[in-house]
Amino acid sequence: MLELKEVHTYYGNIHALKGISLRVEKGEIVTLIGSNGAGKSTTLRTIQGINRPRSGTVLLEGTALETLPPHEIARRGVAQSPEGRLIFPRMTVLENLEMGAYTRKDKTGIKDDLERVFTLFPRLKERIGQKGGTLSGGEQQMLAMARALMARPRILLLDEPSMGLSPILVELIFDTIVTINKEGTTILLVEQNALMALSIANRGYVIQTGEIILTDTAPNLKNNEMVRKSYLGIE
Amino acid sequence: MNKGLRLALNILIAVGVIYAILLIGPVASFDIPIIAGEIAKNPLQLVQYLIIGVANGAIFALIALGYTLVYGIIELINFAHGDVFMVGVFASLTVLSLTGTLNTTNPVHIILGLVLALILAIVICAVLNAAVERLAYRRLRNAPRLAPLISAIGMSFIIENIGLIWAGQSWLVPSFGTSGGAAQKNFPDLLGTMFTSLNLNQNLFTSSGIHLRITITGLIVIVLAGVFMLGLRFFIQSTTLGKAMRATAQNRDAAKMMGIDIDTVITATFLIGGGLAGAAGLMAGLYNNTAWWFMGFRAGLFAFTAAVLGGIGNIEGAMAGGFLIGIIASFSDGYLDARWTEGWVFAILVLILMFRPTGLFGEQVGEKA
Repeated sequence: MLELKEVHTYYGNIHALKGISLRVEKGEIVTLIGSNGAGKSTTLRTIQGINRPRSGTVLLEGTALETLPPHEIARRGVAQSPEGRLIFPRMTVLENLEMGAYTRKDKTGIKDDLERVFTLFPRLKERIGQKGGTLSGGEQQMLAMARALMARPRILLLDEPSMGLSPILVELIFDTIVTINKEGTTILLVEQNALMALSIANRGYVIQTGEIILTDTAPNLKNNEMVRKSYLGIE
Repeated sequence: MNKGLRLALNILIAVGVIYAILLIGPVASFDIPIIAGEIAKNPLQLVQYLIIGVANGAIFALIALGYTLVYGIIELINFAHGDVFMVGVFASLTVLSLTGTLNTTNPVHIILGLVLALILAIVICAVLNAAVERLAYRRLRNAPRLAPLISAIGMSFIIENIGLIWAGQSWLVPSFGTSGGAAQKNFPDLLGTMFTSLNLNQNLFTSSGIHLRITITGLIVIVLAGVFMLGLRFFIQSTTLGKAMRATAQNRDAAKMMGIDIDTVITATFLIGGGLAGAAGLMAGLYNNTAWWFMGFRAGLFAFTAAVLGGIGNIEGAMAGGFLIGIIASFSDGYLDARWTEGWVFAILVLILMFRPTGLFGEQVGEKA
């Protein structure tokens, strides 16, 4: 469904992605794990068109995305819950969710999806009229995910959904990811919390300083010596 | 605050300090006992200045909205905006002249002419403002902040000179006996003419002894400006494009991820800001009865100060700031010395920037989580 081929992305002179190639098949949860600064978020930003690859291609069901403006990429069914959440601080929870559905015209479908995300995150329903900037970190994370879901994306990019959350909330968020996936959304999940990510993913890629150094099924990666040492903290 | 804004503000502060020193001169006219005596002797005059201030403030508020909307979206101070307002005045005058409205006393003709002038002034200024963005700002969007700031000042000069040439075309704008384009032109009090020909008194209240004169023109200006402001508020709060504008102002990357076309939003912002300046142009012409190629500088300075006073980027703040600056300017004109009004307004701008750069109403809550 989504395929990156030899993608190189730069920040000025800094070579952030050094030829990333990866694929996500329809219906999968694929995780991209790696340490801070490895290029995980840059990969997602490149897919979304916020950062432009200098070379290489990004294909969504055969369509090249790398030359399209970000809003066109969003229109083609790519949504993300970005690093830093980037919710709209002076808009209410409801307005944030409406912005998530910006590309859609089907009013009844939007209404149904609103109900759906409120079922997934009842907390957001309680906060519906509150300004996004006044929410707690966990609530903002939920809002960022819910907002991405409102686009009813073909592929959902999740950037560190566990960041800064309490263990209970992390559990909740990951359960929700599994639920969303079972309902038919393909997911590319970027995580520092490799153990959690590998426990729900089908396959995984390990990224280090802008390069994919390892890829395998999630269970195999979990048992991989190097992964256990570097990312799972297990000797 | 970003670097470019700070730099621009520092330049303004330097100019402002020089102004402030010069202000020591008119301190003589800032004589509190004399002013207090005047107010005690003639309290209705205070009401008169207040009304003039509110009407002019409504006009400043409409212009200030253009500054604040644009700043909110792309963090650029559009220094050409005051001159877009000037084009609004000239566009109105030209439409009124070409439709023969300036030479008629037929009330229907006057109303139709004014409506047409309002629509065309809005359209012309909206398109002009969007064209300025397309031409001078868009390709500099990722350039260092100073670059679009300088091109904004360049656009201001260009539009002023267009105004100068325009003012010299007597087939477009009647010369009213003045020669050349550089002189201030008369903008006829058409509403006054209309009310006279209807045998109505355009003054709602007059009293020659105590100088209080409330005109219907003033009232119409205030009401019309209020309608535009409410319309804008509704647009920003409730329409899809308005929400997209707010989203873009609050987080541009996130807005892109939502599928919002940033270029469309920016163009819409400039169209709306320009349109409001165009409407303000007709109102200012009718109310103050002058058209001058350089009037955009003063109006722009006042409106920019109003926007900063209300907290730049803050829409309600710009409206409130507009009225406040209008009233302050009117009191300065009336009780102090009209020649120093610009100085006072500039001094206010400098003081806000030094002591409360986020404006009177402070920073909006929940900026960062």
